[in-house]
Amino acid sequence: MSGNWSRFNIASIVLGFAFLYLPIVLLVIFSFNESKLVTVWGGFSTKWYVSLFHNQGLMDAAWVTLRVGVISATVATVLGTLAALALTRYTRFRGRILFSGMVFAPLVMPEVITGLSLLLLFVAVGFDRGFLTVTLAHITFSMCFVAVVVQSRLMTFDRSLEEAAMDLGAPPVKTFFQITLPVILPAIVSGWMLAFTLSIDDLVISSFTSGPGATTLPMKIYSQVRLGVTPEINAACTLMIAVVAVGVIAASVANKRREVQRARDEQAAQRG
Amino acid sequence: MNSLGSIRRSFAPWNDPNAKPYIAFENVTKKFGDFTAVNNLSLSIFEKEFFALLGASGCGKSTLLRMLAGFDEPTAGRILLDGQDLRGIPPYRRPVNMMFQSYALFPHMTVEQNIAFGLKQEGMPKPDIEQRVADMLKLVKLTQFAKRKPHQLSGGQRQRVALARSVAKRPKVLLLDEPLGALDKKLREETQFELMDLQQTLGLTFVVVTHDQEEAMTMADRIAILDKGEVMQVATPAEVYEAPGSRYVASFVGNINMLEGTVAERTENRARITGASGAEIVVENAGDAAAGNTVAFAIRPEKIKVSSRPPAQGTANVMEGEIYDLAYLGDMTVYHVRLADGQVLKASALNSSRVTEDPLTWNDRAWVSFAPDAGVVLTR
Repeated sequence: MSGNWSRFNIASIVLGFAFLYLPIVLLVIFSFNESKLVTVWGGFSTKWYVSLFHNQGLMDAAWVTLRVGVISATVATVLGTLAALALTRYTRFRGRILFSGMVFAPLVMPEVITGLSLLLLFVAVGFDRGFLTVTLAHITFSMCFVAVVVQSRLMTFDRSLEEAAMDLGAPPVKTFFQITLPVILPAIVSGWMLAFTLSIDDLVISSFTSGPGATTLPMKIYSQVRLGVTPEINAACTLMIAVVAVGVIAASVANKRREVQRARDEQAAQRG
Repeated sequence: MNSLGSIRRSFAPWNDPNAKPYIAFENVTKKFGDFTAVNNLSLSIFEKEFFALLGASGCGKSTLLRMLAGFDEPTAGRILLDGQDLRGIPPYRRPVNMMFQSYALFPHMTVEQNIAFGLKQEGMPKPDIEQRVADMLKLVKLTQFAKRKPHQLSGGQRQRVALARSVAKRPKVLLLDEPLGALDKKLREETQFELMDLQQTLGLTFVVVTHDQEEAMTMADRIAILDKGEVMQVATPAEVYEAPGSRYVASFVGNINMLEGTVAERTENRARITGASGAEIVVENAGDAAAGNTVAFAIRPEKIKVSSRPPAQGTANVMEGEIYDLAYLGDMTVYHVRLADGQVLKASALNSSRVTEDPLTWNDRAWVSFAPDAGVVLTR
C-alpha cells in the first residue's frame, strides 16, 4: 500500500465496506442471539444452530439444494464447455454469430422471464414439476456462465499444442483428453464453481420451476421469512455465508500461491 | 568440424540422375478460400538431406511444412514420402515429426513426460521409453532438468526440449518451423551448429522453414527460395549466393548491387552490357541473355575493388565515382560509391592489414573495378 491515507480515502473505504458488509455482520451477530426476538439482543447463545439441525424442513431443503447444485453444475459444465469449444474452434459455420448470441443471452435475460418461459415449457410438455425440472432449469441458466469462462480460456489456448500431440501420434480424442482438457481444466473448475454458486442461491427461477417435495433452501428461507424472521434463519444464512466464504478464500489463496510460484520459477529459469 | 565439412561436400544426391527423391511435391497447389498459398509447386528432397525452405512471410513455406505434417491437405497435386502418397493420412499416422515455432511444449507435463509422449502413443514398452528418454535428455544436455515443467526452463532449454521431443520417435523426416526464431542472436548461432551435428548424428532428413537467409545458408545442404507460393530457385547455398537465378533471389539472399542495362553484344561466352548512363560492362557469366535483352547485372559487394587511383590501362570494367558513404565494421569496410549517373554501388573490402588510416574517405574520388566473371547477368 503506497500513498497517503487522506481522510477522504479512509472515509470512503469505511463507508463502502459498511454499506457492503453491515447487513451481513448484523445477520451473523443476531444468529448468536439468545432472544427469540430478532432485533433485540438477549445475550450470546448457539442454541439456534442446534435447533436448526433439528428443523427437518430446513435440512431437507438444504439437501435438495446441494443435490440440485452438484448435478446442475456438473451437467452445465459439460454442456458449457462443449458450447465454448464449438464457438472458438469452428469459427466458420453458418449462423455462428447468432449461436454465440443465443448462448450468452441468458446472462442478461431477466430471471423472471427465464423462469416463466421454463415453467410454460414444462407445463406444455407435461413434466411434473419437482426435482428434475428445477435441475433442468438450473442447467439452462448456469450453462452460459460456464461457456463464457471456458471460452475466454480457449481464446488464449495455443492450438499448436494439439497439433504437436497429433503430430506425435495421438488421435484427436486422445489429444483432447490428454492435452486440451488438462490445460483448460482450471477454467472448467472455476466454471463449475460459478455454476454451483449460482444454483445454490437461486430463488426466482427455482420458485417458477419447482414443485412439491423439491423446495430449495433459498425458497424455504424466503417462505419462512414471510411468516417472520426467526434466529434459526439467521443461523442457516450464517452457515451458507461461511461455506461460500471459505470456498472463495481457499480458491483465491491457492490461485495467488500458484501465480507467485510460477513467476518465481520463470525468473529462476531465465537467470539459470 | 573438418570431417563434417568433407561429408557435406561429397553429399549431393540431387546431382545423381539415378537417386530417388525421398520427399516429392508434385504440382502441389493449396488454396485458402480465394488466396493461393502454394501454386503448382514441385520439389524434390533427398534422404538425409538438410533442406531449407526460405522466403518472406506469406510465401507459402509454412503451408508446405504443414501439408507434409498432415495439418493441411493440398487442394491439388500430391505429396510422396518414400514413394507413398500422403493424401488422406492423418498427422498421427505420418512418419514425420515437427518442431513447432512456439515449441508447443505441454505445460502440464515435465520435460521427461513431454519427451515420452510420442513414445507412449506408439505403445513402446515402459523400460524402452525410459531408456530412450534418458538418451534424448543426454543428447540435448538436459538430464538434470528432467523433472522440471516447461515454464521452469529458459528459452534455449525449451527449444532443446522441443527438439528432443520431436526426434524421440526417430521419424523419417523432421520438420522444423523457424526452429531458432525465438532465440537471441548468440544462442541462435551456437544452436545452428548443434542442429547440424544432431542431423549428422541421427542421420535424419531435416526440412526447415526459415525467413532468415543466414540461418538457411549456414545449415542447409540445399535451399529452396519461395515467393508467392512458387519456387524461385533450388540450389546449394553457394549456388544461391554466387549464381542466383533471378533478380528476386539475388536481392533476397545477401547484399548485392544490381545494374540495369541492355545486352549490346553477345558472343559465346561474353556479353557486353550498356547501362542507362552509357557505362559498359563486359561479363562472362551471361547465361541465356541474348543481344537486345533487358537484363540486370548483379554483383556482390565483396567482388568489387575500390581504389583511390585509376587502375592500370586495359583493366576491364572500371567506373569512376566518389565515396558517398563508408562504414568501418572492424573485419571489413563497406564503401558506398556514387557513380557519374547517380547510382550508388556497394563495395566491401576485408581489412587484412592493421592499417587504421583508410586512404579513402568521404567525398574522395574513387575507382571501382571488377573482373568479367565477378557478377552474373539476370534475365528474370
